[in-house]
Amino acid sequence: MTELSQHKRKSIDWALIGVYFLLVLIGWANIFAATHTSEADSILDFSTRAGKQFVWILTALGLAAIILFLLPARLWEGICIPLYGFVLGLLVLVIFVSSNIKGSHSWFSLGPVSFQPAEISKISTSLLLSWWVSQQGFRMTRIRDFLICCAIIGVPMLAIIAESETGSALVYTGFIFVLYRKGLSGWWLGLIGLVIVLFITTLTTSPYWSVVILIGVLVACNAYMQPARFWHRMAICGAAVLVVSLLPSLLEWLSGMVSARMDYLTNRIWVPTAGETGKYFWSFITRIRPLYVILGGAGVAIPLLIYWAYKKKDTFLAVSVAAFVAGVLLVFSTDYIFNNVLQEHQRSRIEVLLGMKEDLAGAGYNVNQSKIAIGSGGLFGKGYLQGTQTTFGFVPEQSTDFIFCTVGEEWGFVGCLVVILLYVFLIVRLIMDAERCRGHFARAYGYCVAACVFMHLFINVGMTIGLMPVIGIPLPLLSYGGSSLWAFTILIFIFLALYRDEKKYF
Amino acid sequence: MSQDGRHIRLLIGLGAAVLLLLGKIFSLQILNPSYKEDADRNSTIYETIYPTRGVIYDRNGTILVGNKVAYDILVSPREVQAFDTLALATVLDVDVTFIREKLKEYRRRRSAIGFQSVTMLRTVPAETYMRFDEVKYKFPGFRGQVRSIRDYPVNAGGNLLGYVSEVNQAYIDKHPGEYRSGDYAGMTGIEAAREEELRGEKGYHIFLRNSRNQIEQPYKDGTEDKEAIPGKDIVTTIDAALQQYGQELMANKVGSIVAIEPETGEILALVSAPGIDVNMLADIGKYWKEISQNPYKPMYNRAVQASYPPGSVFKLVNGLIGLEEGVLRPEMSYPCHQGYHFGAGHKLGCHVHKSPLNMEESIMMSCNAYYCYVLKNILDQRKFDNVAEGLDHWREMVMSFGFGRKLGSDFPAELSGSIPSSKTYNRAYGRGSWNSTTVISLSIGQGEILATPMHLANLCATIANRGHYFIPHIIKASEGVEIDERFTQPQYTMVDTLHFPKVIKGMWRAVNSGPGMGGTAAIAHVDSLDICGKTGTAQNPRGADNSVFICFAPMDHPKIAIAAYVENGGFGATYAAPIASLMVEQYLKGETSRPWLEERMKEANLMSRVKHD
Repeated sequence: MTELSQHKRKSIDWALIGVYFLLVLIGWANIFAATHTSEADSILDFSTRAGKQFVWILTALGLAAIILFLLPARLWEGICIPLYGFVLGLLVLVIFVSSNIKGSHSWFSLGPVSFQPAEISKISTSLLLSWWVSQQGFRMTRIRDFLICCAIIGVPMLAIIAESETGSALVYTGFIFVLYRKGLSGWWLGLIGLVIVLFITTLTTSPYWSVVILIGVLVACNAYMQPARFWHRMAICGAAVLVVSLLPSLLEWLSGMVSARMDYLTNRIWVPTAGETGKYFWSFITRIRPLYVILGGAGVAIPLLIYWAYKKKDTFLAVSVAAFVAGVLLVFSTDYIFNNVLQEHQRSRIEVLLGMKEDLAGAGYNVNQSKIAIGSGGLFGKGYLQGTQTTFGFVPEQSTDFIFCTVGEEWGFVGCLVVILLYVFLIVRLIMDAERCRGHFARAYGYCVAACVFMHLFINVGMTIGLMPVIGIPLPLLSYGGSSLWAFTILIFIFLALYRDEKKYF
Repeated sequence: MSQDGRHIRLLIGLGAAVLLLLGKIFSLQILNPSYKEDADRNSTIYETIYPTRGVIYDRNGTILVGNKVAYDILVSPREVQAFDTLALATVLDVDVTFIREKLKEYRRRRSAIGFQSVTMLRTVPAETYMRFDEVKYKFPGFRGQVRSIRDYPVNAGGNLLGYVSEVNQAYIDKHPGEYRSGDYAGMTGIEAAREEELRGEKGYHIFLRNSRNQIEQPYKDGTEDKEAIPGKDIVTTIDAALQQYGQELMANKVGSIVAIEPETGEILALVSAPGIDVNMLADIGKYWKEISQNPYKPMYNRAVQASYPPGSVFKLVNGLIGLEEGVLRPEMSYPCHQGYHFGAGHKLGCHVHKSPLNMEESIMMSCNAYYCYVLKNILDQRKFDNVAEGLDHWREMVMSFGFGRKLGSDFPAELSGSIPSSKTYNRAYGRGSWNSTTVISLSIGQGEILATPMHLANLCATIANRGHYFIPHIIKASEGVEIDERFTQPQYTMVDTLHFPKVIKGMWRAVNSGPGMGGTAAIAHVDSLDICGKTGTAQNPRGADNSVFICFAPMDHPKIAIAAYVENGGFGATYAAPIASLMVEQYLKGETSRPWLEERMKEANLMSRVKHD
């Protein structure tokens, strides 16, 4: 722990609350802009979404006040296990009792109000995960502790996937940053990144390129980790692979030469000149097939590497080889995963994102319209309520998942920059505050909140500008909707309560 | 592993991710302009305002072609909901399969159509539209759009006026940037020739719309709108009454009448029979099959496109050339023993008339033999080394009358006819293997000469003007419409003005000598009009001779020169002369005094004589 002196002055972080307020107000204004019609209507008309959002904001503020001023901060650490169990129960229950909204089974409908347990689940998961990693004697490197972390994150994830809300489930991968902060090896982050890269390369180009990338990354890692032993291993493996992969063509070439020579000897027809020999050599090089190289690698290099790993007890090398084998399996099963595991709408969204399919009227419609709306904003935007794309309903879901389009169109690049910087401030502030906490629970929880906000921000904004596939998750605090606003309010204000409570310990 | 500084690494990662987002947003908003254009296309809808097409007037201010209102039925496929197909078909007066086919087509092209409206049915008459309008609410997605279509108050000059129809892709490609699918353009006749003036300029109203194609409000309160500029009116040289009268006279006959005002070259009437009824022009698509399958080819404008041998009227040309060349003097007489005898037993026949006769009489009685002598004398002049040179000199003089080439009128698709040259005969007989008697039928306008009725009318105007003509044209200069200055420049022939009165005297006598005197065109006589004319009876290899007549009147200061050509009409005096005479009388007096003749002409039906493919 550093900067102990600062800990004494902790109280409510008003700056964080200020950013929270700003984002909520920006969201409210943009919901009005996204849904208003040409007739003059009021932002407080409760039949409109902006009016309803006002109600959601007021109730959210009430919740915030309760959390901050009424409930004891120590409550959260105490109830995290039953809360987690309760929410998990809701997550499973909703699969069976929910009505089908746009193909997903994730909403409870209670009269006029409906809410998504997946949103609350972020809170309960964050709390339980923070509690678990802050236990006395917790070590990330211990396999049992790590697996329990995975279970805490993975079980609600699986339930949400079963609700056909894969997008929301994706947010949970953000908890890996928390685990990283708590000591998870950086290699895991790299591994997940690598898997994503391989997945995309396989789908957009070919599995062979993915294998090439895989080899490249693993070789680079080994070169970085073990430069001493690296080069001679590389040389031996490389030579072996080269020989093996050239063997078929070599044989072919030799047999050609021999038969030509024989021909010459018997019929005296052909005398190869130097130039012709060179030409033959060239054609022999071009006869190398990627398949030969891979076979050569699999037949020679991998057994060789396994042998070394075993002999020298070189764990890193062993893991590398295992990663390689797993990677190749992943690459070649991606096609299978893509066509058989993913659902039709997810598949088509990924296809559109990767540019494999141009379908502007179908799956690509949302993204294309959204890009047009944002792209037409220019530097300063068209002005508040002046956006033609969002006002006239070209962008679907514009007040919820695509609220960022309204910002982009009406406020331009400057507006986007401001909104994103506000989020950055929020996330950075959460991380810095978390770092200042002495309590492990509060610190881990701060990271959980930051991870959730970041994942939502990146996926949502990435989706509206075509960096990510269309994944229906809201932009925190900005998007229309009570569930989301409440969930993030609770998430953030629990942290604020924990943070203020820190002061009481010292 | 150290955990210190991990939060720094995470913050760096956050920074990288945010930079990625901002970079992409920057490229969308600042670097790539295409999204702004897409946005404009997305949210604005251009409603085309079609200009009214210019009106076409006759020379006296009568409207030949006006405009009336019709409706297009548009459909926005995305807005269409389930509806009673049969009811719509009944209301719109179309086949139910037509609507089904259209809807199927829109479904197939749905991604191309998107939120746009497409035209399902064109030029629905106002009555049908009113019926549709009453029940429109039952058919969401369908609406009507006003459009003006052509209206023809008088049935005059169907072929001349031409028709207007929707442009096809080939037409759009030929006029890059000027037309879009759904536009209309003049395809034939004056509509085509004066398309640029008539069409006007399209305008547009811009509206903002939402993604469901619902119009929200005018864009920038309509300040960016452009109003349509109506097409310019065109004044033609046609006399509607004369044109209509000519069409009536030519009913059930194949042929043409061309009437020209000699002192200006303005075409007063241009009749091609059989022609197209103006009612058909208005809805050309409906009648297209009928018209194109008609064996008499009503679209074919015989007045400028049919090449015939001119027959005896061409004697006038040979006579004038003879006079100019000095090989003929009016008082010279030649014998005619029922024809011109040449070579060993060859004869170019003639009818019975007095012999010998002088030039005036030869025109009056249309003697063949006389012009055989004339042509032979022209071709065999001493000054020429051989007959080939003589023929080419003759040809040059003939062509100065406008024959054998396009006159250069403002009427599209004019043909040139042909006048033979020495090359023609060298090819046919071999160099030096032909002489003046080989080509002797040229003397009487037969053989290798081909001319259009327009050429003959122009010849008549040239004679009426005593030696020059103005290029026949059909558009008068009017406000905003200029005509080429070639139409106001007199075109002189190679024959001196002095020689024309001698020929005109013969033409006057042909008409006005009185019965029993041997004038071939006595039937064309009208008291006090001083009509001067020349008959022709041109051989037609496909049946009865063609009846030809040219005349102008009055003799001094002529007001009208006319050529009538009736296929298979027999002698020039049988049909062509009465028809032309009636036309002249109608034009100069505004009425006719010979109802019996008029009735005979109108009721004569020669169609059975005409052979067609």
